[in-house]
Amino acid sequence: MSMTLFIKYNLDLVCKTLLKEKLDTFDVSFTIGNTGEIHIDKTLSEEKLNIISSTLKQYGIDIVTNPKATIVARIKYSIDEYLRNKDLRSVKFSAYLADKLHYSYPHLSTVFSENTYSSIENYIILKKVDVAKELMCNTDLTLTEIAFQLDYSSVAHLSGQFKKTTGLTPSAFQRIMKNKKQQLI
Amino acid sequence: MSDILLNIALADDDEDDRILFGEALEGLDIRTKLSLFNHGQELMDYLNLPNVILPSLVFLDLNMPIKNGQQCLLEIRSNPKLKDLCVAIYSTSSSEKDIEDTFSNGANIYVNKPNSFSKLREVVEKVLQLNWQYHNSNLNKETFLFRI
Repeated sequence: MSMTLFIKYNLDLVCKTLLKEKLDTFDVSFTIGNTGEIHIDKTLSEEKLNIISSTLKQYGIDIVTNPKATIVARIKYSIDEYLRNKDLRSVKFSAYLADKLHYSYPHLSTVFSENTYSSIENYIILKKVDVAKELMCNTDLTLTEIAFQLDYSSVAHLSGQFKKTTGLTPSAFQRIMKNKKQQLI
Repeated sequence: MSDILLNIALADDDEDDRILFGEALEGLDIRTKLSLFNHGQELMDYLNLPNVILPSLVFLDLNMPIKNGQQCLLEIRSNPKLKDLCVAIYSTSSSEKDIEDTFSNGANIYVNKPNSFSKLREVVEKVLQLNWQYHNSNLNKETFLFRI
């Protein structure tokens, strides 16, 4: 008799735990930072870096080498954190980002636009809707609670931005996700 | 900006639509290589070739002879080698049922064929940008659903 289990997960925790487990096997001492960076207390040989890089790649984790791409990755990582942690949002995102990455916001904004076919502002909306989708699928939170958690002034505002970004209403989205789950059974 | 060519496939039985789609891709910021197929079976035969370089984005018309878009979508999603492909439905149908059914069957994007060329360019560019973001960011692929 077969069975199907449904799971929910904390993506950030999954990534950090996996990174830690994998890096522990390489006999280096390291700390994992908060903007997608790993500090290692000595310089590794290229050979060792290549092994680490290909090990992590199997799990969809890429080591970023191009400096512009590094900044973009750190901006995206900061956006993720900012959206997941209501406490961080006592300051405006532009101030938060500039302070965290030690570059001016206009500079960061230009680098981002030149390398992603998008702007920071558009990406934040895309990511915010992505988090809202995740909360709708993986938690029991109501739309009112999700709107509050993501700083929307009302459910109507959340629904409006959701519809404008995805072309779907939150209820159509939830219906589709329910159908998709049922098809897996 | 990345210089890598983005591989795109389009299956559509209407020759005019295929030509217009190709023209819409030219001149966009994102550099692309387009492969065209006259119907669903032609596309599936191609995707199932050994050693084929899979496109990163597939556009499927819904109404096609021999094999329609829904059938292609189901085959793609049930094939372990193809199931992670990003699939955009490209159709004239705007029935809510068609739209929800294709999403439930695993489509990522639903595009209504626009009436004008300028609108087509706009729409195609939007799809490519979304596809790019989903390939290059930490966004949840399980809930990659957009109607454009």
